[in-house]
Amino acid sequence: MIYRPQLTSVMSILHRLTGVALALGMVFLVWWLVALAQGGGDYQLVRLVAGHVLGRLVLLGFFVATIYHLANGMRHLFWDFGVGLSLEGVYRGGYLVLAVTGLSVLGGVFLLFFCGGA
Amino acid sequence: MAQLTLPQNSRISKGKIHPSPKNAVRPKMFSIYRWSPDDDANPRMDSYTLDLDDCGPMVLDALIKIKGEQDAGLTFRRSCREGICGSCSMNIDGTNTLACLKPISEVKGEVKITPLPHLPVVKDLVPDLSHVYAQLQTIEPWLKADTPPPENEERRQSIAEREELDGMWECVLCFSCSTACPSYWWNGDKYLGPAVLLQAYRWIVDSRDESTGARLDALEDPFRLYRCHTIMNCTKTCPKGLNPGKAIAKIKKMQLERH
Repeated sequence: MIYRPQLTSVMSILHRLTGVALALGMVFLVWWLVALAQGGGDYQLVRLVAGHVLGRLVLLGFFVATIYHLANGMRHLFWDFGVGLSLEGVYRGGYLVLAVTGLSVLGGVFLLFFCGGA
Repeated sequence: MAQLTLPQNSRISKGKIHPSPKNAVRPKMFSIYRWSPDDDANPRMDSYTLDLDDCGPMVLDALIKIKGEQDAGLTFRRSCREGICGSCSMNIDGTNTLACLKPISEVKGEVKITPLPHLPVVKDLVPDLSHVYAQLQTIEPWLKADTPPPENEERRQSIAEREELDGMWECVLCFSCSTACPSYWWNGDKYLGPAVLLQAYRWIVDSRDESTGARLDALEDPFRLYRCHTIMNCTKTCPKGLNPGKAIAKIKKMQLERH
């Protein structure tokens, strides 16, 4: 690789990757809702999968990706209004989004692994 | 369709290691991309060592010294050596910049120098800029006005109107920004890229220009303008400290406002 990864380019590709991941994750959201509507055994299976350590890890990833995509999406909205487009603004916003994402990791771990989770 | 690996003849191999100067006090290694159209060899990275106590401060000083004293065949563009001509743009230590404005001391360890990314190479550090120049031509970077200028007078601007052009007239068309843009790497055939769009905006906001509408019309295109995804690598890398990303955002905003 010739071009050194920049905060700008890395956050941009992460925005796209989390967007793709969230779109694919919608399948599980639908599964969860359908199972909830069906009730009984179907929902027990969801509880089993989502309650498993691996399931919780996936949920954690989903949660963190949501927060990142949401926060960075708001950064994009500001840009589209013409706000925060200076190099300093781009970096300040970038660090803010990363900080929020970091907090979401901590919050997600706490909720999913120390509060009974699913 | 995007190609994910380099074609066979573009794989870079290890090159020659040129001997270090004797009794070097502060030796510094430079690893430089070499490719010649005259043979069938693959590109390679040649290594040179200079004594920083016996060399000017900028990367361009080092390149000139290497060419003068170690390897006369090393090929690169340069002219003004002070950031005004835009000739010596290249990728140094992983980002695009002008070699004449890049202090060697900013690079830790070996200084890796390659041509501007994602352009055809003419030789060594000289990229083929025909395509970007052709793209620049499509935005018609000159004053277009039907009204004749006042007699024996230039077309006047207020101070505020003139200030609109600040941050754009300074562009030296080195194309560091365009070749730093991942979107331009993928869609450079159709997307105009930050450098050209900055120039487009420079004429769109020029108070003397009378073809603003036509200029915006020409840019209203999924590829020419809207392949910009506000990645902002352009602004990060601009060796003149300009903000092409912001100029593009302003064009998008103008497109929205006139609908």
